[in-house]
Amino acid sequence: MKKLLGASIPLLAALVAFFFGAIMLVALGASPWEGLTSLASGAFGSGDRIAATLVKATPLILVGAGISIAFRTSVVNIGGEGQIVAGALLSTMVALAIPDVPRILLVPIVMVAGLVGGAIAGAIPGALKAYASVNEILSTIMLNIIMLQFMNFLLRGPLIDPLEVEAGTRIPQTARLSDNAALPTLVSGSRLHLGVVIALLAAVAAWAMLWRTPLGFRLRAVGHSPAAARSAGIKVERHITYALAISGSLGGLAGAILVFGSESQRMVTDGSTAGFTGSAGFNGIVTALFGGLHPLWTIPSAVLFGGLLTGATNLQRALQVPAALAVALNGIVVIFVVSSNRVRSRLEELLQARSEFKNSSGGDGPSADVDSLIEEVEHA
Amino acid sequence: MSDFFTVSVLVSVFASGIRLATPYLLASLGETIGQRSGVLNLGVDGIMLLAAFGAYYTALKTDNLWLAVLVALLVGLMVGVVYGLITVSLHAAQGISGIGIFLFGLGFSDLLFQVWVGTPLPVPHKLPKLSIPGLGSIPNIGEALFQHNLMTYGAFMLVPAVMFLLQKTTFGMNVRAVGENPQAADSLGVSVGRTRFMAILLGSSAAGLAGAALVLQGGIFQANLTNGLGFIAIAIVYFGAWRPLGAMAGSLLYGMVNATVVQLKVQGTIPRSASDLASMAPAVITILALVFLAGRVKAPAALTKPFARH
Amino acid sequence: MKANTRTWYRLVALLLSFGLVAAACGGSDSAGSDASDGGTDETTDAGDDSSGGGETLTMAIVAPSAKNDLAFTQSMVDAINALDRDVDLQITDGTFVVEDAAAAIRGYAEDGVQVIVAHGTQYGGSLAEIAPDFPDTTFIWGTASDTQGLDNVFAYFPAADEGGYVNGILAAGLSESGKIGVVGPIEAGDAVAYIAGFQSGAEANGAEVSVVYTGSFGDVALAAETATAHIANGSDVLTGTAQMVVGAVGVANDAGVPWFGTQANQTSLAPDIVVASQVYHWEVVLEEMLTLRDGGTKGGQAFEIDLANGGLVIEFNDKFELSDELKAEADAAIAGIIDGSISTGA
Repeated sequence: MKKLLGASIPLLAALVAFFFGAIMLVALGASPWEGLTSLASGAFGSGDRIAATLVKATPLILVGAGISIAFRTSVVNIGGEGQIVAGALLSTMVALAIPDVPRILLVPIVMVAGLVGGAIAGAIPGALKAYASVNEILSTIMLNIIMLQFMNFLLRGPLIDPLEVEAGTRIPQTARLSDNAALPTLVSGSRLHLGVVIALLAAVAAWAMLWRTPLGFRLRAVGHSPAAARSAGIKVERHITYALAISGSLGGLAGAILVFGSESQRMVTDGSTAGFTGSAGFNGIVTALFGGLHPLWTIPSAVLFGGLLTGATNLQRALQVPAALAVALNGIVVIFVVSSNRVRSRLEELLQARSEFKNSSGGDGPSADVDSLIEEVEHA
Repeated sequence: MSDFFTVSVLVSVFASGIRLATPYLLASLGETIGQRSGVLNLGVDGIMLLAAFGAYYTALKTDNLWLAVLVALLVGLMVGVVYGLITVSLHAAQGISGIGIFLFGLGFSDLLFQVWVGTPLPVPHKLPKLSIPGLGSIPNIGEALFQHNLMTYGAFMLVPAVMFLLQKTTFGMNVRAVGENPQAADSLGVSVGRTRFMAILLGSSAAGLAGAALVLQGGIFQANLTNGLGFIAIAIVYFGAWRPLGAMAGSLLYGMVNATVVQLKVQGTIPRSASDLASMAPAVITILALVFLAGRVKAPAALTKPFARH
Repeated sequence: MKANTRTWYRLVALLLSFGLVAAACGGSDSAGSDASDGGTDETTDAGDDSSGGGETLTMAIVAPSAKNDLAFTQSMVDAINALDRDVDLQITDGTFVVEDAAAAIRGYAEDGVQVIVAHGTQYGGSLAEIAPDFPDTTFIWGTASDTQGLDNVFAYFPAADEGGYVNGILAAGLSESGKIGVVGPIEAGDAVAYIAGFQSGAEANGAEVSVVYTGSFGDVALAAETATAHIANGSDVLTGTAQMVVGAVGVANDAGVPWFGTQANQTSLAPDIVVASQVYHWEVVLEEMLTLRDGGTKGGQAFEIDLANGGLVIEFNDKFELSDELKAEADAAIAGIIDGSISTGA
């Protein structure tokens, strides 16, 4: 009975959100039923669509897993966008520098370069927070702006495709990168590439790191109470830096996968970060919070949001409604599902009062109690 | 010719910096109130976009700027009610709710623009410059400081007003108490929920005004007009250590550095090849300023923590 | 435990709502693919007939900005609407994320749309992967000066420097201070060609040009302040490219400073100060491409719009009074560019 109620409330919330979407569709003169069906079939309607959804979910899994690590250490990371760009840039530079290394080596090398690039972009705000008391919300937001301009500088200057200069078109993009660095596709003829597997493995690794290693224990200890961690002999500053560096490295890996798993096999900018990342740095935060700040739960969460994003492209194409509708709908889904928490827990409490059964939240187990986790996020 | 330190250039940079700072200031003042009560609102950018569209559409249709500003304020207020319901009444996590508001604002403002307006049209009249009698005619200083539009004056006059509100009024004391220790405030009979709700309403109304300032200074709306301005405003709240004066300092710093970079580019001092690198300057300098100047002030202790009486 | 189940609920909720809809759409989905199969057949028929007359051509545009942006994307929408054919046009706009655009391009191709316009240089890499999978579909891609060796891709490119040069000549003629300001986004693509042409035109006519790239396509406020700074530094004529120039146009309007536009006719933004706009008329080359397609050639050629073929047109604002002398200078420049006696230096 209780479980039924618990499950039905967020379901209801999601349906109410889609109902709002339907109203907007009607207002736009489109059939809401067709809208929802094209959304769903665009996300999961065929093998190709599922592949597209998984590819879209890949950066969300990685950023989400990274955000989970940061938040568990009580560090807020809004710098996903910048970290993705940093990883992409470094891996691109590596691929340009050593294009002839055999594929079996070059693919791992560029992935590691992505990790390193993201780690640097994460370590900077981490160190600034730990050693100079610069709030990480400020520094990660600012670093997003800095990385954007750095990307624009590199792609229209030092890294620009020589052919673009020759032709005088000066599109800010790199030359086509070495095929030896391209992520192999898993199913021939589909867009499903190795990056999806890498992301899944990275999410598992992030989970294992957090709950199965001494480092993870120390990070969570810092997250739980910096003062207590310090008195237990943990170097708090260093671990804050680690947390943001690791979180950033996963974003950087996402950046490398975006480049080497793309159809175009090159890095290109339209002058905005979102044009390259598809706002994965922000959507990854939503994904992580939806997944209860748990790297493994981030995976299904990312697949659902990836589905929403690919489905929305289809919706726009099929019904000729502005793409903006999908963005707005995304926001509504987030708002409704998040706020359904309270309604559910109220009902749960009511039911709980009848039975004497009491839950204890599992300390090391997956936890979706975002509210209480956010509570732990402190700004030193 | 390309001399930065001439009076007329400096005056122009100052005036430009103040104009650029206005939306940041309004948004960060509002967010300061909210955060002092313990509520982080990452949805500022979304509220600004919705309010900016509201103001733009009103100005376009009625050519009444007062009405346009009022509409922006009301849009801000309305989104504030929603955000308050979600985070205060329903105890939802603030970070994710704010991002939800941001996404909704980003998409919905663009949607309304495309459906109701379509092809970009400038508003018939932008915010007029108003020279303050006497002060405005002081040579140079007058032009830099006292020849702005009403929203700019209003934004800067809000700084002492918010200081007074937070420091001298009962409501302000409640806000600070609720932001530092909601349990204690609750036990003293302060309604945590109501205080936070009010703080959110004030904050999002200010974000609405920021949207109006942005769109009525520029005179036109387009998709994602704010370009991340709301997020920078949040960063400025941290820069300003949750103080109205700090928010003003941060906004002015950001605006002034931006204006200076533009000026140096126009004069050719910054070569075109380094144009992007120079555009990093406001962000870099904001971080560096915080490293050297401040950053030792503690945030409101209960920031981002939902309060539920147990 | 409790926390664990919570996440479950949340995810199951989303999944179920998707599932409900997906299940319901099973029927209509297959109907949809039938329809698209039919579409593909029709395509072949139309190609065999190669009549063109009376047949409705299905076309789609995938573009990075809004279809009514009064700039880049609108220029293509207007061009297709200006075609002398029955066209059933579908538009996916605002897809600035390359991978999303790729998905839309592929989607249209799968739906059997006959001609797909990939209206963004940045889509080229993806198109190279997609086009070979749909040999019967014609892809039109730009702005680009080559087809990447794909035989079902037509490419198009604007010689934006030509109109820039003419605008520059006019701007220098209008300027009394001899200083002209340019507001650009980031130094890349179309903007570079236009601004380079503008600069050499203005300099050929004895003016000094200050070019500023704001570093953003979207920051209207910064574009406005850049225009203000230009004016403070003595510029008395301005131009600029990309969608954020609306901010700069507003400043120019307040200051009464003449403005030159590009990509689309910007007169409606400020009827008093817009002197002239370089307007893209893609229909000139689109018509050529479609005629080739009627004859069985699916692609493989690159086209340029320029002053000579009428794809680039300098549209004057009638309300802005230009001296006959200056207008003659502009006409001379246009003639000179067309006959090759003037080099735009870009």
